[in-house]
Amino acid sequence: MAAIELQGVVKSFGPIRAVNGLDLDVPEGICLGLLGPNGAGKSTTMRLLTGQAIADAGSLQVLGHELPRQSKEARALMGVVPQLDNLDIDVTVEDNLAVYARLYRVKDVGAAVDRALDLARLRDRRGDAVEKLSGGMRRRLLLARGLVHEPRLVLLDEPTVGLDPQIRTELWTLIGDLKARGTTILMSTHYIEEAERLADEVAVMHQGRIISRGRPADLIGEHAGRQTAEVYAPPDRLAELRAEAESAGLRVRPAGPAIAIVGSERAENGIVPEDAVQRAATLEDVFVLLTGEEAE
Amino acid sequence: MSAQPQAAPAAVTPPARRTMRRLEPAAIAGVMSREVANFQTYWKGTTFSSVLEPLVYLLAFGLGLGATLVDEVEGVPYIQFVGTGMVATAVIFSSALPSMFGTFVKHRFQNTYEAILAAPVDIEELVSAEMLWIAARSAVYGCVPLIVTFFWGLDPAWGMLLVPIFAFVTALGFAGFGITMAAVVAKIDQFNYVTALFVTPLFLVAGTFFPISGLPEGVQVVANVNPLHQLVELVRGGAFGFEAWDIARFAFLVAFATTTWRFAINRMQARLID
Repeated sequence: MAAIELQGVVKSFGPIRAVNGLDLDVPEGICLGLLGPNGAGKSTTMRLLTGQAIADAGSLQVLGHELPRQSKEARALMGVVPQLDNLDIDVTVEDNLAVYARLYRVKDVGAAVDRALDLARLRDRRGDAVEKLSGGMRRRLLLARGLVHEPRLVLLDEPTVGLDPQIRTELWTLIGDLKARGTTILMSTHYIEEAERLADEVAVMHQGRIISRGRPADLIGEHAGRQTAEVYAPPDRLAELRAEAESAGLRVRPAGPAIAIVGSERAENGIVPEDAVQRAATLEDVFVLLTGEEAE
Repeated sequence: MSAQPQAAPAAVTPPARRTMRRLEPAAIAGVMSREVANFQTYWKGTTFSSVLEPLVYLLAFGLGLGATLVDEVEGVPYIQFVGTGMVATAVIFSSALPSMFGTFVKHRFQNTYEAILAAPVDIEELVSAEMLWIAARSAVYGCVPLIVTFFWGLDPAWGMLLVPIFAFVTALGFAGFGITMAAVVAKIDQFNYVTALFVTPLFLVAGTFFPISGLPEGVQVVANVNPLHQLVELVRGGAFGFEAWDIARFAFLVAFATTTWRFAINRMQARLID
């Protein structure tokens, strides 16, 4: 049985179809990265899974519970780490955790709080108000709050959005530990590096549905080949090179001030300029090719 | 990293078929524990304003008018008449306004409800817990004017022991009203309309400062369906002697609380669930 099974899920907001026939299985014990540009439907999918949005069509099962009918049972078994910091900032670190331990019906609240404090490495700050914590500490606390009841499944909604690189790395370490313990994770993100580092499998979401899914290395092999050539030149020259490469059957994507010729190992002589920077193909190449959006 | 390594969670097992119950005490207690934890950080300011405002009215009207214009109303010294009526003022100020602003801020600015509803807590439980907490606070604040009036000669009476219950039920109703308004308004400024159209008129035609029998007939009809007026009469009943009608007044307050509870759940459902 999969931890999450979605079939044909549709959710519209007025004329906008945020989720448009979504099929998604998340097997027990893996970390699945839901990768997609802003507006792809990732957050709506997360809200559907927590019962805060009701699907117009399709079937949803979480840990064997059918949503929305058994949403409460499903929520009792999963942890959610939201995109936005919604900690109670005037309240102590300890009380923030204790409240959620109670909401999740944890029997030994004290032990759960201690465990979460260890996880967030905040044992020595337990009596401090949240507003006195640094940004990184707050994010660690937010993660620990979602894990206070030791859930079997964790939903991470853009866990590091807007954070500086150091805090992001701290969070990745914590999420890595969670993975190592065998917790099932569904993580929405629009950061390629985050998906590459943490996800066992990546599902690329675009316009409300999954357009490709697999292990990062397999997706790269399937869609981008082995090598990518980045070419830097004036815009007119780039346009010429792009046209030549595309007419030779290669896929080209914009890469900031450059163009990236994907699968450049297959290019005939003369198509890729000699001064191009050759590098291994990445998930970013796949993401941009599939979604047409610039990666972050 | 100090987290202890643990065994991998067991494979997914078929879930128990029993659906979790509605209105679980554990969920309600959990939401209320969040309110209590927050209240410990701001109780001084809230208590100060919730106690002081009715006292200012009590002293201004009770002593000011009592000393100069009005000696007695319905056979009761004016300050005692106002002091018993001010229970209702304290209740509406400490229930309708905090529930309006508190709910709005928690939902729109702090995203608190998003986090609570991700836990096994339903809207009914969330709204019920918020109403119960506000009403419990309000029942305490509501008793302050009565206690202060003891210093101006109000004699303690057994019936007064029921005042916290009357205040609690009325505050439940106004908390439900406030939560409903918070779910309905688009912007926080729109609370100005709610205050001007509902809160202030209800407070003024409750019979706190003057008996409603002196009002024009049309206004008397409005006053009679004003829950605050029922509370004023019940408190005076507790202080000076109940009438048979007071059972109907209490039933009216229970109906008011039940109605606003259902409205609040309905509107919050529409606001919080897409």
